[in-house]
Amino acid sequence: MKRTITIAVTGLNAIDSPGPGVPVIRALRESKEFDVRIIGLSYETLEPGIYMHDLVDKSYQIPFPKSGQEVLFQRLAYIDSVEDIDLIFPNFDAELFNFIKLAPRLEKELNIKTFLPTVEQFEARHKVNLSEYGKKHGIDVPHSKMIFSTSEIPSIPSEFTYPVVVKGQFYDASIAYNAEQVATYFHKISAKWGLPVIIQQFIYGTEVNLIALGDGKGGTVGMVPMRKTYITDKGKAWAGVALDDDDLLNAGRKLIAATNWRGGLELEYIKSSDDKYYLLEINPRFPAWVYLAVGCGQNLPEQWVKLALGENPTFYDTYSVGKMFIRYSWDMIVDLKEFETISTLGEL
Amino acid sequence: MVTLKKNIAISDSGFVFNPSNGDSFSLNQIGLDMLLQLKDARSEEELKAVILSKYDIDKDTLDSDYYDFLKMLGQFKLLEVS
Repeated sequence: MKRTITIAVTGLNAIDSPGPGVPVIRALRESKEFDVRIIGLSYETLEPGIYMHDLVDKSYQIPFPKSGQEVLFQRLAYIDSVEDIDLIFPNFDAELFNFIKLAPRLEKELNIKTFLPTVEQFEARHKVNLSEYGKKHGIDVPHSKMIFSTSEIPSIPSEFTYPVVVKGQFYDASIAYNAEQVATYFHKISAKWGLPVIIQQFIYGTEVNLIALGDGKGGTVGMVPMRKTYITDKGKAWAGVALDDDDLLNAGRKLIAATNWRGGLELEYIKSSDDKYYLLEINPRFPAWVYLAVGCGQNLPEQWVKLALGENPTFYDTYSVGKMFIRYSWDMIVDLKEFETISTLGEL
Repeated sequence: MVTLKKNIAISDSGFVFNPSNGDSFSLNQIGLDMLLQLKDARSEEELKAVILSKYDIDKDTLDSDYYDFLKMLGQFKLLEVS
């Protein structure tokens, strides 16, 4: 008999740059061990997951991360008083810091559990620190540096060979082939994501991604490599295929072991023409393509739940190679009353 | 000796999938026959003998096409030297 459990999930924005919430919920709904009741936590009133009533039982709006931890805690305390939440499953980079900091209090005062990276793990893997991170753990990372002003652009050729990648500290990346293009992207990215802007050496090769779950003790609960086979203009995977790549799996396991990674993660690598792997990014949560892992035989969100509950997860050592995911869009028809309810009452 | 990488998947329809990098290809029947010979680690002579016996093609054309095909397979990282 399945155990009944109430899980609050964020990342319900199943849009063209999708959050992982909806596929995480889909995975949890397919759990063989848990009968889940899903509470959706949304930031915006048009996040599609709010209206997916076959997946989400009840939704609540929560304050944006910049509102601070106390405001978030109070809102979660109210939601918990109504819904008696067992677990919180955060899925956004920008909200993670608040949830990581609140985790001990959530467990102590509200008996809500979660399973997230430590603050140290979260901060160390940040884009601006990735170069140092690579050196510390013996991982190949493209050379990068932070710049805070356009006056630093002329010195780029002394450290890099064009093209370079110009990156925002949270999001956005553009390839620049000369100083003028760097300046253009610097202004565009810094206006949106603030400073610093990161300059990273461009590596020619094929981008490959890994989804994984670390048990916090150096063990890898499961891991599936994927190559994007259809990419949107925002660089998001619209289709992908599970790969058979032992070198990539070993690189991922090595990183998780070296860092004692705790929770879900996505590793983005570039495989150079001489078959060397360079780590481009560590995303500290499951990616939006998490359901491919489920399709390949690894229900990583289900094992995440077991870890959060303090139970022993099932460690996966196989998956189906060659399984593909193909994303699609779907127009839901929603009564204005529902939009009105979430907009005015903050819950639906 | 040049052979096809062991993990390359080939279907009867001529669909080829490289699980190492996710690349996929479609072959016509003669391409499929050649790839299956390579997968079975047949020597160049054995492979050409099979193709010559099965298809209406002269040896010089086969020699030329064989090397072109092998070069292409190499570029697509489907081959290994054993």
